[in-house]
Amino acid sequence: MDYRNLEHTPRLNARRSSSRFRSLRHQPLIMAPSGMSTRDLVVEAAAGLFARPGRMILTVLGTVFGLGALVATLGLSRTAGNRIVGRFDELAATEIVVSPKPAAVSTAIGALPWDAPQRLGRLNGVVAVGNLSTVNIDKRLIASSGVNDPNNQRNFKLTVAAATAGLFRAVRADLDSGTLFNIAHSDRAERVAVLGPSAAQRLGIPHLNEPTAIMIGDDVFVIVGILNAVQRQPELLGAVIIPEGTARRYYRLTNPGSVVIETRIGATGLLANQVAFALRPDNPRALKIVSPPEPQRVRDAVKNDLNLLFLILGGVSLLVGAIGIANVTLVSVIERTGEIGLRRAIGATRRHIARQFLVESTAMGFVGGVMGASLGTLVVVGVAAYQNWTPVLDPVAPFLAPVVGGFTGLIAGTYPAIRASRLAPVDALRAGT
Amino acid sequence: MVPTVLVLRQQKCLVAEAPVNVADPPPVVELDHVTKRFETDPPIAAITDVSFSIREGEWVAIVGPSGSGKSTLLNVIGCLDTHTSGSYRFDGFDVAALSDRQRAGLRSRGIGFVFQSFNLLAHRSVVDNVALADVYRRGPRRTRFARAEAALGRVGLSHRIGFLPTRLSGGERQRVAIARALMGTPRLLLCDEPTGNLDSTTSDSVLNLFGDLHQQGMTIAMITHDLTVATRAQRRVRITDGRLTEER
Repeated sequence: MDYRNLEHTPRLNARRSSSRFRSLRHQPLIMAPSGMSTRDLVVEAAAGLFARPGRMILTVLGTVFGLGALVATLGLSRTAGNRIVGRFDELAATEIVVSPKPAAVSTAIGALPWDAPQRLGRLNGVVAVGNLSTVNIDKRLIASSGVNDPNNQRNFKLTVAAATAGLFRAVRADLDSGTLFNIAHSDRAERVAVLGPSAAQRLGIPHLNEPTAIMIGDDVFVIVGILNAVQRQPELLGAVIIPEGTARRYYRLTNPGSVVIETRIGATGLLANQVAFALRPDNPRALKIVSPPEPQRVRDAVKNDLNLLFLILGGVSLLVGAIGIANVTLVSVIERTGEIGLRRAIGATRRHIARQFLVESTAMGFVGGVMGASLGTLVVVGVAAYQNWTPVLDPVAPFLAPVVGGFTGLIAGTYPAIRASRLAPVDALRAGT
Repeated sequence: MVPTVLVLRQQKCLVAEAPVNVADPPPVVELDHVTKRFETDPPIAAITDVSFSIREGEWVAIVGPSGSGKSTLLNVIGCLDTHTSGSYRFDGFDVAALSDRQRAGLRSRGIGFVFQSFNLLAHRSVVDNVALADVYRRGPRRTRFARAEAALGRVGLSHRIGFLPTRLSGGERQRVAIARALMGTPRLLLCDEPTGNLDSTTSDSVLNLFGDLHQQGMTIAMITHDLTVATRAQRRVRITDGRLTEER
């Protein structure tokens, strides 16, 4: 080759005639600014990344776990949230509890009417309704036997509740043995009682195999039934439940303590506005209506709570991943000072150096995002399969994770890239030898 | 950008219009009273009032002891550093008037560097190391590796194309570095102690290679502290305490 006859490459001459390089058209080739194609940039960055594969894998692992945790948190919170909302819909969304406001109890007589079940039963959407009151039995104890045996304590302080017959359906009571009292028992003020399972256990009456009676103070009550469980008003589990008419006659019950309503799904919002007028048209504000918020509102609230959790966990995960990338890229810049010097010597500008390190850190974040999304999705599916749940995952999350990872890498790599680009060629070459 | 280009064009025209002596090739490097001062405390003048030129096809050895300013002179000639005062023209162009990107372009297309410590990327193959020189001048990718292989063939390393530099001897590594420098058909081959890390036999082989390149018309500037190496050059200049004296 004769170096006296240097040839310009056709491609560069073609580039110089393009509009972008119009200002260089009359400039000798040797003075044209250096350049780097995107493909070369990607190839060089990939080569830089794979120069130390072990370190790259460890660095990427930080992002993988960070973004994997992010996707898994998002998926698991959605999955769990779905179940929370599902359970909420099933029970709480069909319950309304009406009680007099404390001020009304003290100032008004009969804040709640005795015929509340009849009044509310006529409203559309009401499935079951019953009065529930706590009976004041003073200091009387409850015993399962009339014999006072000092060696076998059978007298207990138990809650006595007065209920109308409809309450058992309203609280979804499940009967273990015997039967429930009805409106006739209440009208005749009969001394019958139904025991909650805990109360029955304490009183030593596991089953009603034979007629059984208990003593409330000196009054004998025949046990007609024992409950197995209640899904609402859990205080009934440990209570002795007597008819409301009985409580009015023998224990001077002055007015119902509360009204428990079971509604059809979706009817609570409307009924909550109607019951106060149905019960106390003269003073609806005297009543306290406890109804669940609308399911959509609950779902939104749960989602907001979970989103906050997701944001906190995700933010911490991303921060850890970003610090890892920044740290490794910075170390890489220091280690590759000689390489930076060489690249500057053979024509790289500051911008070329910065771009290469930015592409490397962004690629690490992106790859970490892809792997993290896969890992997170696997975790969600695995946990859901183990718990027999339905996995719920926002389809955007797995696709967004690589983007977030790449952006994190870009941000994390900015400082090291600037630092690398600011190295003077002479200093970089000297430091690298 | 445009005014700079215009200035460059005018400068080029001036050079082009100068009377050309056929027996006297045009200078590639022209230093005219060049001084490089480092603004430390106290300021240090690494090279002072240096004036000399390297003509096309010349092989010049710049000789001097350690700390004499050799490396600073190489950095200025190689456009790795800027001079403080005086005038430096490369191939007729005033280097001081060039932007950072233009100087990078000049390094990429006009100068081939050969360093004492080879400066090869250990994790890239021999051919990749050579092809790297083409990346920043946007050379055609399609022929890049063929040209890199050809450059390796010129330095006698066709059989080491796929090797990693860590598996090569010192002499072979320096040949790879020379192949990389030759990749872009530079106007000037700038060598910083090219045999400093080599034994005498390998040094001789590398210097023979420089001799061949010189015979083919390559302009070579070689910085060395070794007088034996310097004697192989066509012309020697000595630098002492930052000042240049012509030896031959």
